[in-house]
Amino acid sequence: MSELRDLYQEVILDHNRRPRNCYALDCPNRTADGHNPLCGDTVRIYLRIEDGIIEEVSFQGHGCAICTASSSLMTESVKGKTVEEAMHLFDGFHHMLTGVAEEQGLELGKLKVFEGVREYPVRVKCATLAWHTLKAAVEGEQAASTE
Amino acid sequence: MATQPIAAPTGAVLDLERVRADFPALHQQVKGKPLVYLDNAATTQKPRAVIDAVSLFYERDCANVHRGVHMLSQRATVAYENARTAVKAHLGAKDSREIVFTRGTTESINLVAHSFVGPRLKPGDEILITAMEHHSNIVPWQLLAERTGAVLKVAPIDDRGELILDELDRLLGERTRILSVVHVSNALGTVNPIAEIVHIAHAHGVPVLVDGAQALPHMKVDMGELGCDFYAFSGHKVYAGTGIGALWGKRSHLLEMIPYQGGGDMILSVTFEKTTFAEPPHRFEAGTPNIAGAIGLAAALKYVDAVGLEAISAHEHRLLEEATTAVLEVPGVRLIGQARRRSGALSFVMDGIHPHDVGTILDTEGVAVRAGHHCAQPVMLRYNISATVRASFGLYNTSDEIAALVRGLHRVREVFA
Repeated sequence: MSELRDLYQEVILDHNRRPRNCYALDCPNRTADGHNPLCGDTVRIYLRIEDGIIEEVSFQGHGCAICTASSSLMTESVKGKTVEEAMHLFDGFHHMLTGVAEEQGLELGKLKVFEGVREYPVRVKCATLAWHTLKAAVEGEQAASTE
Repeated sequence: MATQPIAAPTGAVLDLERVRADFPALHQQVKGKPLVYLDNAATTQKPRAVIDAVSLFYERDCANVHRGVHMLSQRATVAYENARTAVKAHLGAKDSREIVFTRGTTESINLVAHSFVGPRLKPGDEILITAMEHHSNIVPWQLLAERTGAVLKVAPIDDRGELILDELDRLLGERTRILSVVHVSNALGTVNPIAEIVHIAHAHGVPVLVDGAQALPHMKVDMGELGCDFYAFSGHKVYAGTGIGALWGKRSHLLEMIPYQGGGDMILSVTFEKTTFAEPPHRFEAGTPNIAGAIGLAAALKYVDAVGLEAISAHEHRLLEEATTAVLEVPGVRLIGQARRRSGALSFVMDGIHPHDVGTILDTEGVAVRAGHHCAQPVMLRYNISATVRASFGLYNTSDEIAALVRGLHRVREVFA
C-alpha cells in the first residue's frame, strides 16, 4: 500500500477529484489538443499569453487520475510565469520523471508529488501529456501527441 | 520431432494443477505477490511442450525448408509441413494445402484483402465489416477501399454488444464483395453466431472471412461446421509463440488468388521475363518462413487438443460466470458488453476511476489485466467510453485468481476513496 501511496499521493487524488482550472477559457489566444494514442487520454489546453506571460491557463479533457491531476497542477504552476519559465519548469518536471539528474536550483514545488510516477515507466506519458500540450500551444502547434 | 503433450487427456474435466505445472511463467512473483495472469486476450503464456518443441528445432533440426538435400533441411521441411497438417487437423479442414502460414491474424486478413478481395473490387463496390471489429479487421479494408474506390460499410451492434443480424442482412447487397467478421470480440467477449452469419451472407452470394484470433483458444472451431470461406488466427493467443499464425481458405479461392508478396519459396521458376508462381499455400509464403514458430504452433494446438477443448471451454465458461458475478459485487463496477453468448474476456469500468489507474493498482497486487481501448476504438466510442479494464481468461486460470482480482478492485476503491 505504501508503494501505491507514493504514486497516488493525497495531492494527486485531490486534484483528480477536484481539478483546478478545468474549463474552456473565454478568449484564449492559444489552444492545443493533446492525445495519448496508447491509452486514448485527451486534453485541451487554453492559454492567454500577454507580453510573453501566461496570464490565464485552463484545460479540459478526460484521462486517468495521473493525467487529470497533472493537468490541474500544471495550470496552477505556470499561471503568471513567463513562457520561458514555464518551459524550464517542464524540463525539470520531465527530468524528475525520467530519472535524469535533476537540474540545479529548479524549484518544482507541488510538482514533486509526481516523483513516484518515475517507478511506473508506462505512466510517465500520463503525467507529461498536459505539459507536451502546453508546449505545443505555446509554440503555435495545433496538436501534441505523447508518441 | 514428436512433442509430448504433458497434460494427459482429462475428459471433460480439466486437471488444473497439472495444467498449471505445464506453464513455467505462471510460477513467479510480481511485486512480491504471486502472478495472476488475466491478460490472455492480449497474449497467452506458453506451455513447456511449446517451449521444448521450439528449442528442439533450434538444437537439432535447424535448417532452411524446401531447398536442402541434406538431412537437417529434410527434417526441418518435414517438421514444418507436419505443422501445417496439425493446423489442418485442429481446424477440421479437409486439405493441408488450405493452410497458409502467416505472421498472425493481421497478416492473414491483409492477405485476403490484397489477394482475394482486391482484384474483385470496382469503384463503388462494398466491403462489409461490423461495429465490434478489432483495428486489424478495419484498417486493411480502409486501405483497400482507398486504393480501389470501394466503400466500407459497418453492420451495427446493439447495447448488449450483439450483432444485429437483420441489419447485417439488410447491408449485404449486390455490390458487397466480402463480409469480414470477428468470431469472438476481443473487447466485449461477444461470441458471434458464425454459421448463421455465413448462411445469411452466402444467400447473397457474399464470401465470409472470419477473424478467429479470440475464438481458437477457447472453443472447438470446425471449418466444415462454420461454412465460412476464410478463417484467420494467431498462434500466440493459443499458447504458441508470437509472429506465427495461419489463414485457412477454401482451396478453390486460394487457387484463384494472386500472390501477396514476391520472393523465394513462392515460385516455380523465375527468369527476368517471367515468373511462374507456386501453387497454394506456398504461393503466399514468400521468403524463409517462421519455421520454429510453425512447429511451436503445432505443439500448442496438440497441447490444447490433449487437454481437450471441451474441458477448456467448460472450465473457462465457469470462470467467466464466476468472475462476472464477483466483479459486479464490487460497488461502482459496470460491465461493458453483456451479450448472451460470451467467451474469454470480461470488460468493465469503475465509477469515477479511470481504467489505467485500476490497471496500475491491480499490478501492484500481482494481477495483470489490460486497461485501454483494446485496439477497438470504434467499440469504445459505441459505448461512449475511452477505455475499459479487461480481465481475460486462459485454460490455466483459477477461482483463487478471480478472488485476487476482486481483492485488487477493493484496493482500488480504498485508494480512490
